[in-house]
Amino acid sequence: MTTWLTGTLPWYVAGPLLGLFVPALLIVGNKQFGVSSNLRHLCSAIAPGKVAFFHYDWRKVGLWNLLFLAGIAIGGFLAYQGGAVHQVAISPATRATLAGLGIHDFSGAAPHEIFSWHALLTLRGFVSVVVGGFLVGFGSAYAGGCTSGHAISGLANFQLPSLIAVVGFFAGGLATTWFILPFLLGAL
Amino acid sequence: MTQTLILETEDAVVERSIRQSNRPVFLAVYLLLGIAFGYVLTRSEAVSWFRIQEMFRFQSFRMYGIIGSAVATAAVTLALLKRSGLKSLAGESISVPDKKLGRGIRHILGGILFGFGWALTGACPAPLFSLVGSGAPVMIVAVLSAIAGAWVYGWLRPKLPHY
Repeated sequence: MTTWLTGTLPWYVAGPLLGLFVPALLIVGNKQFGVSSNLRHLCSAIAPGKVAFFHYDWRKVGLWNLLFLAGIAIGGFLAYQGGAVHQVAISPATRATLAGLGIHDFSGAAPHEIFSWHALLTLRGFVSVVVGGFLVGFGSAYAGGCTSGHAISGLANFQLPSLIAVVGFFAGGLATTWFILPFLLGAL
Repeated sequence: MTQTLILETEDAVVERSIRQSNRPVFLAVYLLLGIAFGYVLTRSEAVSWFRIQEMFRFQSFRMYGIIGSAVATAAVTLALLKRSGLKSLAGESISVPDKKLGRGIRHILGGILFGFGWALTGACPAPLFSLVGSGAPVMIVAVLSAIAGAWVYGWLRPKLPHY
């Protein structure tokens, strides 16, 4: 029972459940599932400045999505309290590769050696968190969507622009993983 | 004249549906759906930097299984929904607009830049936010950085190639 409520979900349970949010949001209020538009709404709400891209009624267009986003944060917290992502059972091959790159702490959702307050001022911590975060925001705004809006909503609706974006996501991710991380993770 | 009238009627429908969607009861539903999404997403472990590394190194089927079955489920239910002609609970007809392609410049360039960030943070936008409360509080810095990234995009937008 506890495992059913809190354990790691098999991919064939998690995937279909996540996919159901596309029809669910359409049925409730004809809303398109996509998380990254919230970054634009937040810019519009916090600091629109003189940028035309941020001058629109974010409450009208995006309040529902900002609440969905707040929910995501709460849901993540609840799952974590229930024991999720305390220990992620990755494949032995990945574990060995990462150990070779200098990762020794395999507890939590992300390695504390990179994603912690004291690691933030190291080169690898700064690039992973600050530069990485910036690129997630810039890239998803430029591409017009992220893994939710393009990879799930877009592909499910057979949108060629989304397929191109997803090819880009993987091209960028593979290049970083294979050519940049080996140098970055070795650097303090 | 008829044209204007139709347009006004459509606008009125959109207006009404926005008013409907921003009613407290609907906003509560979006919040609850978000909680459910964040809960499942975290338990799927797709929020984990370790899982993203495993995926980009092709060392497990798990992430491909999650994304693939999510897309398949969404595609089938979306097709059924379109065919059903059902109206949303807020009262409007359900429709999903097509995305503009052009030459796809914004999609490929923006996609690659996003991919750099995805592999560096080990998180896409939803996990970025959920991780703050699930064991990686430093991710609040990544969230602020992502907002800054979106802002800089908006600022540079007139100068960037898109379509």
